[in-house]
Amino acid sequence: MTEPRTLFEKLWDAHVVRAATPDTPAVIYIDLHLIHEVTTPQAFSVLRERGLKVRRPDRTFATTDHATPTEFERVGEKIVIRDPQARTQVETLEKNCHDFGITLYGLDHERQGIVHVIGPELGLTQPGQTIVCGDSHTSTHGAFGALAFGIGTSEVAHVLASQCLLLEKPRSMSIHVEGRLGKGVTAKDLILGVIAKIGVGGASGHAIEYRGSGVRALTMEERMTLGNMAIEAGGRTGMVAPDEVTFEYLQGRPFAPQGKAWDAAVTRWRTLASEEGARFDREVSFDAGSLEPMVTYGTSPGMGMPVRGVVPDPSGNASIEKALRYMDLKPGEPLLGRAIQVVFIGSCTNSRISDLRLAASVMRGRKVSPTVRTLVVPGSQQVKKQAEAEGLDRIFKEAGADWREAGCSMCIAMNGDTLLPGQYSVSTSNRNFEGRQGSGGRTFLASPLTAAASAVAGRIADAREYVR
Amino acid sequence: MSEKLRRLESKTVVLPTENIDTDQIYPGRFLTVTTQKGLGDMLFADWRSKPEFALNQEAAKGARILVAGRNFGCGSSREHAVWALSDYGFRAVVSTELADIFKRNAIKNGLLPIVLDPASHARLVAAPGANVVIDLETLSVSLPEGGEARFPLEPFARYCLMEGVDELTFLLSHDATIREYEKRMEG
Repeated sequence: MTEPRTLFEKLWDAHVVRAATPDTPAVIYIDLHLIHEVTTPQAFSVLRERGLKVRRPDRTFATTDHATPTEFERVGEKIVIRDPQARTQVETLEKNCHDFGITLYGLDHERQGIVHVIGPELGLTQPGQTIVCGDSHTSTHGAFGALAFGIGTSEVAHVLASQCLLLEKPRSMSIHVEGRLGKGVTAKDLILGVIAKIGVGGASGHAIEYRGSGVRALTMEERMTLGNMAIEAGGRTGMVAPDEVTFEYLQGRPFAPQGKAWDAAVTRWRTLASEEGARFDREVSFDAGSLEPMVTYGTSPGMGMPVRGVVPDPSGNASIEKALRYMDLKPGEPLLGRAIQVVFIGSCTNSRISDLRLAASVMRGRKVSPTVRTLVVPGSQQVKKQAEAEGLDRIFKEAGADWREAGCSMCIAMNGDTLLPGQYSVSTSNRNFEGRQGSGGRTFLASPLTAAASAVAGRIADAREYVR
Repeated sequence: MSEKLRRLESKTVVLPTENIDTDQIYPGRFLTVTTQKGLGDMLFADWRSKPEFALNQEAAKGARILVAGRNFGCGSSREHAVWALSDYGFRAVVSTELADIFKRNAIKNGLLPIVLDPASHARLVAAPGANVVIDLETLSVSLPEGGEARFPLEPFARYCLMEGVDELTFLLSHDATIREYEKRMEG
């Protein structure tokens, strides 16, 4: 009898091209390489300097999302990017994709969007795969039972040229979730709760598998929110074993297998789950049932608290003291009712159709506060189209929110959408780092429900009072 | 391909804050660059605007070793953070924990990632500007007021740093094995 294996071990073992030796790490094959404009120009430069080709353009897919505007300006048919450096970066990707034969879903393509939204949407993301992208939130795709993780630009060049990476094997970690989320509480609150518990380095060096009935009960889009923020706990990836929910989501998507190939794939995917008795290097458990809506108070995603809590006392912790100075908050003060100036609903964490439906359910028939600038940014052009078909855009616009084009927008503030110095936002994105949403800007991370409720209130609000 | 790194002697700069993320090291608004040269100007851009920031002190000039709080380099995968640190002149980063992607990026650019035990790290934090010797042969760091600490480093990373070898050359040398794998998996 062989030892029972975890999902992670099965994925790892299936992709070993050359096993690790005492002197060298394993060579691991990469099934899917997603690329975008920001972290690739220098990698393609390496290929050009060394006269190398892209080994598998058929396993490489590109989009533009980070540096792109979410308000389109057109000259004739063409979308114009005003910022000259951003324009150069986007044009560099266009040229690289053209020269190296890579499929690009650019701004003018109906499939364009945030890389971690379009991968699953296209059915490119599939269980059992290894998936990388020069972007730390690649962990999102782990929700499908894929080994998916972010890489730097040097490694982007490695994958482009060899379709492989040299990897030290991470340890494995089980995050076991029991219980159902209460009314007004979402997967975003769950992951903020988990990170608040284990810390931003809590999963460092580990591949996370989210397990338990509390995870099985989640939709695919909710699981993606969990996978997405695995990196905020320092995890290499955040996986969920594929099940009927996964298969139902994938069936019929453009790149999903069809007919007999689909049946064969599902049979294969069913074998991926961690086996009974498989050992994890670390295990933690979490009760979803007792969770309240969460909001962060500090400058790292682990500095989170229930929305009705109070800002904690740093008790000598220099990082928390520094964070509170930056946020201009005092120990013991509540966040509920605190005035905000901006609400951002979007990002690879929370810009999918279900996120927009949640936000719209709160905003329907209500107005956002005149003192709050509210941005709703769909994760992809497909999400935008779907939202408009359902009339969500009208709900947002009638409420006084800004309805934008797809992109990373104010999550990364390198595309024109930024906070002003000193402003406070409630944001559905993943990072509240100093200046992340604009130099001097201050971010409260929260769920789409909390963000929408706070937009209406003009202050940090308890979503449970706004959910119908 | 980076310069060979076998022994490094330099004074230190200390940033004791924990969880310094790559957005602080290299703010997002500078990410539209398409080269990796000259990024040192943007290193810690928002913190450097404050005169009291450690890197702005006269004593910090010429320091090639950065001693930082736990979980340095967390957050975004941007290699720009490493490019900026290297371009500014750093050759080593010392912490009690380094974020995974940051560490992997560092090795590929000849920036030595050193993870020390908390007690040894605390001695370095307590002595900003101390002259420190890092030896890759013995995997050791000299400590202020005597003694030394050992640090772990994967054999291949150590080899790449010491010989200035890059991983891509190694990967490409396995082309035949990769081809066999593809044939086996794709039929």
